[in-house]
Amino acid sequence: MNLINQRMRGPWTLFKKEILRFWRVSFQTVAAPVMTALLYLLIFSHVLGTKVEVYEGVPYTVFLIPGLIMMSVLQNAFANSSSSLIQSKVMGNIIFVLLTPLTYIEFFLAFLLASIVRGLVVGTVIYLTAICFIDLPIVHPMFIFAFAFFGSGMLGTFGIIAGLWAEKFDQMAAFQNFVIMPLSFLSGVFYSIHSLPPVWQKVSHFNPFFYMIDGFRYGFFGQGDISPWFSLSVVVGFFVALSILTIGMLKAGYKLRG
Amino acid sequence: MTPAIQLMQVHKHFGALHALKGVDLSIEQGEFFALLGPNGAGKSTLINLMAGLLRPTSGSLSVMGYDVVSQYQQARHALGVVPQELVFDPFFNVREMLRFQAGYFGRGSENDPWIDEVIECLGLADKAHTNMRRLSGGMKRRALIAQALAHKPPVIVLDEPTAGVDVELRHTLWEFIKRLNKEGHTIILTTHYLEEAEELCSRVALLKQGEVIALDTTKNLLASIPGKNLRLRLSGKFPLSLSEMVRHQDQQEYMLGLNEISQVEYVLSELRNAGVTVEDMQLIEPDLEDVFVDLVTRK
Repeated sequence: MNLINQRMRGPWTLFKKEILRFWRVSFQTVAAPVMTALLYLLIFSHVLGTKVEVYEGVPYTVFLIPGLIMMSVLQNAFANSSSSLIQSKVMGNIIFVLLTPLTYIEFFLAFLLASIVRGLVVGTVIYLTAICFIDLPIVHPMFIFAFAFFGSGMLGTFGIIAGLWAEKFDQMAAFQNFVIMPLSFLSGVFYSIHSLPPVWQKVSHFNPFFYMIDGFRYGFFGQGDISPWFSLSVVVGFFVALSILTIGMLKAGYKLRG
Repeated sequence: MTPAIQLMQVHKHFGALHALKGVDLSIEQGEFFALLGPNGAGKSTLINLMAGLLRPTSGSLSVMGYDVVSQYQQARHALGVVPQELVFDPFFNVREMLRFQAGYFGRGSENDPWIDEVIECLGLADKAHTNMRRLSGGMKRRALIAQALAHKPPVIVLDEPTAGVDVELRHTLWEFIKRLNKEGHTIILTTHYLEEAEELCSRVALLKQGEVIALDTTKNLLASIPGKNLRLRLSGKFPLSLSEMVRHQDQQEYMLGLNEISQVEYVLSELRNAGVTVEDMQLIEPDLEDVFVDLVTRK
């Protein structure tokens, strides 16, 4: 704590509180998504394991793991900021943060970084569990990290937007079920988009989740549906655009300050 | 000396509702100040504006000389607010919450002795490691007060701090707040318990429909009500001729306002003529409640 100077202590405290908030209920926030990902892995690999080969020389089960990891990273990064904000708003304890001298940028960074940490923790635990059973190559570790970092950052930011916008838990559930879930399931987690009809291939290109999954998978196998550099630019572009929007909302006090 | 709080021509609109209509108010450092008014008068709006939870439609507000909009960081450093609603964070215990709260204001472990003192003085010592969710209503209220004090602000705003709170806590709380006031902290209080305001506060502002309708020392406000109050417990039908003098009534207990002491004789003779028996009688000084009722109903 002494390493943190007085100026940085405010945002650092908020970041630490956000980390502890999910860590205190890690059975629900880490163990549960790991369990879900492993169940997907078990079922899909059992049904399709030997019948489908998406990339040459890569068994389906192995193909599936990076997609599942990334899907969990993204969903959990979103869940962290969005659920923290909606809970604090509904319970009213958001006031404890609003009364402080924290700037809107500091507020943004604390929530964003906590979301990234949660996404990376969940992803790492799934990875470590999976490699106990399955051999998973790593070709470009920097791509893996870059996509996980910016992907969870983008979803953490998206979670802040949803958390600011929603006023009730059911609005948040609707956002999660009708926006986040379809985007993540239709992003090529379970398949390569080359296996889709041409129209749906085109549609997939409008889904930012597709670029995150494909680029992340490229890091493991050295092959993907499109160039990882292009994917990375799309992901970073979305991350920056959403961050600007979120910072603007926070600066205006959208639904926080009247 | 810079005023602790200064409001100049502050207006606040919520759509068509004009919640504050050009409020001017200056509260000096070290004052124990009461902000009174009926429900919906604009007290909480005023506090939320000071705290930066709301933004003024026009006009300016400052805390210890710092503008709450353009110098919000310094203004918020100077202010500790106890909100009216009993809000809490269910993930943490009392001590953790206080450390976090101080941390948001840039205070680290050097602030721990102060946190220990706040915990001790508010009677929270044996609950310091209890999760906020498990605290009783009264304990949650104490924790809420402690949170506002965690960064040791020079200006402390208490919005209805004793609503639904038992006598013991009220006593503990006011002893502690009086001590902080003696040490130089400015205290601003809203309360429905007017006897608290009368006992503690040296100056009072009375808000009604978004306007300050009275702003004076408690002493002057009390002096503005002429005469005395006569409390009577009666048996029998209350005579109509005295009904204009009634300030409050609770079943057979009547509080009459007297412009001068000689009116006692008139009251007693009217009661005697009406055949009403006086079971008990007491002559008392008017209190802040009388001032409040008088001003709110008069204007």
